[in-house]
Amino acid sequence: MEEKVIVCDKLTKRFGYFIATNEISFEVNKGEIFGFLGANGAGKTTAMRMLCGLSAPTSGSATIAGYDVYSETEKIKRNIGYMSQKFSLYENLTVLENVEFFGGIYGLTDQEIKEKTEELASKLGLKSEMKKLVGSLPLGWKQKLSFSVAVLHEPKIVFLDEPTGGVDPVTRRQFWDLIYEAADRRITVFVTTHYMDEAEYCNRISIMVDGRIEVLDTPANLKKQFQANSMDEVFYQLARSAKRADS
Amino acid sequence: MEAVVVENITKTYGKGKVLAVDNVSFSVNKGELFGLIGPDGAGKTSIFRMLTTLLLPDEGSATVDGFNVVTDFKQIRSSVGYMPGKFSLYQDLTIEENLNFFATVFGTTVTENYHLIQDIYVQIEPFKKRRAGKLSGGMKQKLALCCALIHKPTTLFLDEPTTGVDPVSRKEFWEMLRRLKKQGITIIVSTPYMDEAALCDRIALIQNGKILSIDTPDNVTRSYPANLYAIKANEMYRLLKSLETFPDRLNSYAFGEYAHATFRSEKLDTAHLEHFLTDKGLSGIEIKRIPATIEDSFIKLLN
Amino acid sequence: MKQFIAFVRKEFFHVLRDRRTLLILFGMPIAQILIFGFALTNEVKDSEILVVDYAKDDASQQIITEIAASRYFNIRNAALTHKEMLSTFQKGKIKAVIVFPASFNRYLLHNNQAQIQVITDATDINTANMITNYLTAIIKDYQAKINENLLVPYQIIPETRMLYNPQLKGAHGFVPGVMALVLMLVSVMMTAISIVREKEMGTMEILLVSPFKPVLVIFAKAFPYLILSLINVTAILFLSVFALDLPVKGSLLLLFLESTLFIITCLALGIFISIKTDSQQIAMLISLMGMLLPTMMFSGFLFPIENMPVPLQVISNIIPSKWFYIIVKSIMIKGLGIGSLWKETLILAGMTLFLLTVSLKSFKIRLQ
Repeated sequence: MEEKVIVCDKLTKRFGYFIATNEISFEVNKGEIFGFLGANGAGKTTAMRMLCGLSAPTSGSATIAGYDVYSETEKIKRNIGYMSQKFSLYENLTVLENVEFFGGIYGLTDQEIKEKTEELASKLGLKSEMKKLVGSLPLGWKQKLSFSVAVLHEPKIVFLDEPTGGVDPVTRRQFWDLIYEAADRRITVFVTTHYMDEAEYCNRISIMVDGRIEVLDTPANLKKQFQANSMDEVFYQLARSAKRADS
Repeated sequence: MEAVVVENITKTYGKGKVLAVDNVSFSVNKGELFGLIGPDGAGKTSIFRMLTTLLLPDEGSATVDGFNVVTDFKQIRSSVGYMPGKFSLYQDLTIEENLNFFATVFGTTVTENYHLIQDIYVQIEPFKKRRAGKLSGGMKQKLALCCALIHKPTTLFLDEPTTGVDPVSRKEFWEMLRRLKKQGITIIVSTPYMDEAALCDRIALIQNGKILSIDTPDNVTRSYPANLYAIKANEMYRLLKSLETFPDRLNSYAFGEYAHATFRSEKLDTAHLEHFLTDKGLSGIEIKRIPATIEDSFIKLLN
Repeated sequence: MKQFIAFVRKEFFHVLRDRRTLLILFGMPIAQILIFGFALTNEVKDSEILVVDYAKDDASQQIITEIAASRYFNIRNAALTHKEMLSTFQKGKIKAVIVFPASFNRYLLHNNQAQIQVITDATDINTANMITNYLTAIIKDYQAKINENLLVPYQIIPETRMLYNPQLKGAHGFVPGVMALVLMLVSVMMTAISIVREKEMGTMEILLVSPFKPVLVIFAKAFPYLILSLINVTAILFLSVFALDLPVKGSLLLLFLESTLFIITCLALGIFISIKTDSQQIAMLISLMGMLLPTMMFSGFLFPIENMPVPLQVISNIIPSKWFYIIVKSIMIKGLGIGSLWKETLILAGMTLFLLTVSLKSFKIRLQ
């Protein structure tokens, strides 16, 4: 029996009459790369916020790394990492200062931070850049660095919100190498993306339409089910049926 | 007839410290749909801003509709349409108000050029009393395009119009562009999404301020200099790791459900590779030769 | 012209649809006028005053009657020893004690000079100051009255600060002050923020890449705030006349013309800030720290400039609101005309011209 790190049951979030997330239920296994897809406005961000303990659900239940999303949000936050395209790192701090800061926030000891810093510098090939301001690095490096910082404290789950937007194809793949490595270390990866080829790299994916999870399966099974050649087609067929996307 | 001619333009920021655009030259024909394809920070926005007279090039020259971007900026400003990357309209004005405002600022009316935007506008018209801030990403994008089109520009500059937009809205947006092209408008569009490149008449691949290649999408992929193979197995990460240790390998990377790879030898011994991968504990192995995509070409050019 | 109108219309939409902006625009001036105006007059109103009259003669009685006639003081008569007086103060019931020495009238008649002791509770220094001022003004009034048909003037207490405010209006200095403050806030901060917002949203790029003249963009952004500021001036005057009972003594037209001049000064400042900054927060901070604080500190509205150290007095001269404050005070309270104010007006006009030139010079038709 696989260990479940995310268990969602009929998780719902309403804003007034608007149901942003409508009774979504799914489970994610430990060490799995889970793709969380959906059109703009389908409810992905709302769902992700609830899972990170940032927003209380209206109804339903969910446990993240074994902790309840209603009552144990502090424990959840200690056991997850988060990275989004919008917020990555402090641009006016150096790479080293950023790593030390985030390490400190997650309660790593000085010794651990030192080890992690060295490991990160050699893995990303950033040894000579450690004293440079993050703002001066190219976007691709920032994103890779930001991911490494998000998993610095070896969280059980790392949430990635469109981590590779606007990144060049080579760096994008290097980024996915980092994701694979993390999954290899049994860190669960929960990722949203607009690149459909990246959906293929996930073990399983869910596609949200109008606040509901419409399908959830491996990429291969989904393509079979929709008789499609690519995930792009699967997505297109599903999202076309959305009523809410443009209202 | 050329709509845009760019000759050796260079742009630096921070008193010459940051090189954003490095000696770039290209030209765009009238009525062409031209794509600037490259990641964030490649220099696309700087090029757009120089062509729309918002920035002065450090060196080199450029013309739009025959007008010089430095000296004839007034003529250019009245004839081009521009949709900046972070453009988000006036959130507190309704669809209708936004459109009317931009029409008036450009010295025209909505009715005068309605035929140009009709196709797009009818899709958002039912919500015309709704404020722009309350629209979905796809609708905002349609409205922004209407606003950029309303004065019947000869050339349309769209800076990353599809960034952050979901695949469905992206597809619809490109369909709109193809219809606009039929109206004879020259369109220059930038995007970080490689798959959109195939929809352009011609593309320029750009990275670090330099143009790597300019040609039709077909020619770009046809001139891929090696034999490209797609390889599939039951486990992607292991497959990639294994390919890296294959002696004959030149380059390999993930590409959707397949891994793409090039090899040193002229003709790949597929049986040998399959054997090699099976030895590594992989199953369900499939190896086939494939034509390159724009993304493959880009990766090749970057290496 | 049509473009300009469309632009101005759009600008009004922005203002009218944002509840916070509306609140700052119209709620704030009203609140400030009422707070400053009423809170300060109420403090002094109905103050308990203890009169210790050792003289009990014509002069002392007349002065006491004058004081009692003012609606600001409630008079209680008592004969107290020094000790008793102190304990009354400590109870905090009374705000001031007036002591008439014995033979007050005789001193006045024979020596042409007499003394009255005014003792105030200085724990609240503002109230104490104000009460002292009011009382001395009343005494001076009396002095002027008895001096009318005399060759050698009697002297009681020389005090000139209340010269132009015989009705003892507490709000007199605040209305011009609030006016300067509100205009600063609306014209500098709101204009700066609204232009910078266009930069942040990316709409500025579109407007620059349009046939609309770039300088007109700036004017069109500033114009609505000129109108809104004038509405604010009207509202403040309306309140001061009808709620605070403080009429405008001088020419209303002149007051509006001078206000328009000052508003243009502020708009020029706002435009300058917006050109030099790229984020709304920074624009707001600069407006608040750089414009509002100096207005409060150096215009003479809260702290008298005469009491400041000389370097600060010199600095106060470069603050436009100082000159505007002087002008409004002179027109509203003293009823002076342009004949006496041309110097201040010229200084303000000079500043306006300078700021406008600087901001339009630094405005670029491109992004960098």
